[in-house]
Amino acid sequence: MILAAPVARIGHTTLKAVAALGRVTIFAVQTVRHILTPPYYALEFWHAVIAIGWLSLPVVGMTAVFTGAALALQIYAGSGRFGAEAVVPQIVAIGMTRELGPVLGSLMVAARVASSIAAEIGTMKVTEQIDALVTLSTNPMKYLTAPRVLAATLTVPVLVAVGDTIGIMGGYLVGTTRLGFNEVAYLKNTFQFLEFWDVGSGLVKGAVFGFLIALMGCFYGMNSGRGAQGVGAAVKAAVVAASVLILAANYLLTEAFFAS
Amino acid sequence: MIELREVRKTFGDNAVLRGVNLTVPKGESMVIIGGSGTGKSVTLKCVLGLVRPDSGTITVDGEDVADPQDRDDFLAHFGMLFQGGALFDSLRVWENVAFRLLRGRLKRPREEARSIAVEKLRRVGLREGTADLYPAELSGGMQKRVGLARAIAADPQIIFFDEPTTGLDPIMAGVINDLIREIVVEMGATAMTITHDMTSVRAIADKVAMLHDGVIQWTGPVTEMDAAPDPYLQQFIHGRAEGPIEAVR
Ligand SMILES: Nc1ncnc2c1ncn2[C@@H]1O[C@H](COP(=O)(O)OP(=O)(O)OP(=O)(O)O)[C@@H](O)[C@H]1O
Ligand SMILES: [Mg+2]
Repeated sequence: MILAAPVARIGHTTLKAVAALGRVTIFAVQTVRHILTPPYYALEFWHAVIAIGWLSLPVVGMTAVFTGAALALQIYAGSGRFGAEAVVPQIVAIGMTRELGPVLGSLMVAARVASSIAAEIGTMKVTEQIDALVTLSTNPMKYLTAPRVLAATLTVPVLVAVGDTIGIMGGYLVGTTRLGFNEVAYLKNTFQFLEFWDVGSGLVKGAVFGFLIALMGCFYGMNSGRGAQGVGAAVKAAVVAASVLILAANYLLTEAFFAS
Repeated sequence: MIELREVRKTFGDNAVLRGVNLTVPKGESMVIIGGSGTGKSVTLKCVLGLVRPDSGTITVDGEDVADPQDRDDFLAHFGMLFQGGALFDSLRVWENVAFRLLRGRLKRPREEARSIAVEKLRRVGLREGTADLYPAELSGGMQKRVGLARAIAADPQIIFFDEPTTGLDPIMAGVINDLIREIVVEMGATAMTITHDMTSVRAIADKVAMLHDGVIQWTGPVTEMDAAPDPYLQQFIHGRAEGPIEAVR
């Protein structure tokens, strides 16, 4: 009995995880259906674009510039071991656009946006505002979830593009001021070497991550428990789930795009 | 007409509704009374389809609320004042009141929606200056009245009020009682009101139902309430600490 307890707990946890995955999947399908069918709430969508896209620019920019700068230093040190320091511009560009731009940028957006969406919708849930929406003939999935998820799916790729650019600039600054690269040569190497799909794959990743971020925020907000404690738990769960899903999806997408 | 048949609802191991039977004819004002935590709010939410009963049926004009043909259309005839107000705190007061008039089937120009909202606010005793504030900037009683204005904004045929006068001063409570009575008499609306305020009960009820221990303990016309022999009802309406209803529940 005592020996079986941990096993039972593992089984229990697994079952719960599978059930949660099922509910998330249903939630995602419903969300997509609501995005595609009228009525559309343009004003809500616009507010979400501002809150998710525009207001995330500073944090994404800061993340990118420091990441690009550190990346340049690391690659310089690493490639120096076999005398290949010249590749710094190219590797910084690839590293930023394919991986670090989308992943780190999205993780920062997840921290900022999944939490605020979960807190907002969770509070609406516990103060009966969601119920009030229903009684006012407004579907909460359509009015709250659909605009946010659509806005995140469309704006996070833009954030990624901005992050890529700023990240490469961070590498450029470190490369030219600290590592002795020629300004023109650095930029030339960066852009000659970079392929469209390096950037494109990162933007696709950004769209998927954006979808996951807003979806998790809405899902946990809508399923928030009662009271302030319920909202707190919902926020925590949304950020953790969004972050883990971003990393898992990143692996799967990288596998699909680049494994040969 | 609203009809509840053998409605049961349990939360965890808390059996809140244990077979509620209640009929509210069209155009009548039904007031539900009963101790705190007996399930009055849950009953209203069941009728609105916000809470799904474990068993039993609820029909509104013959239509089952569990799966109406078109939920949004079905709810378009309802107005609900939530016990806690449930105002949207991201919207201004007038946008809350005019919520239905700004989107969906009843959509109309912003100017017109606003003037209707201001008019409804005036009916609940709030001046025009309130319209552009946010709900968080209002007192509790003012929020309640905004919730009331929102409930009646689209002239619904069925209106639910969950404690409309709680937190209001006696004069304002009188104004609200008159307003509810007016809505029922003038607009012919069907109303279900939850209240603890016996003055309110006498002012707005055609019929009274008392919920106790998960069932309707007593129901009848308000005129027969005082003479009714039911000891639970008598203890409740006279607010006695001694009687069959235990104080600790
Ligand atoms: N969503 C829910 N989950 C769990 N329990 C609930 C839920 N909603 C209501 N309850 C429980 O149901 C019971 C009845 O609640 P309800 O809000 O209907 O009481 P009430 O009669 O309106 O009381 P009051 O007069 O104080 O408003 C309470 O014990 C409450 O804890
Ligand atoms: Mg209540």
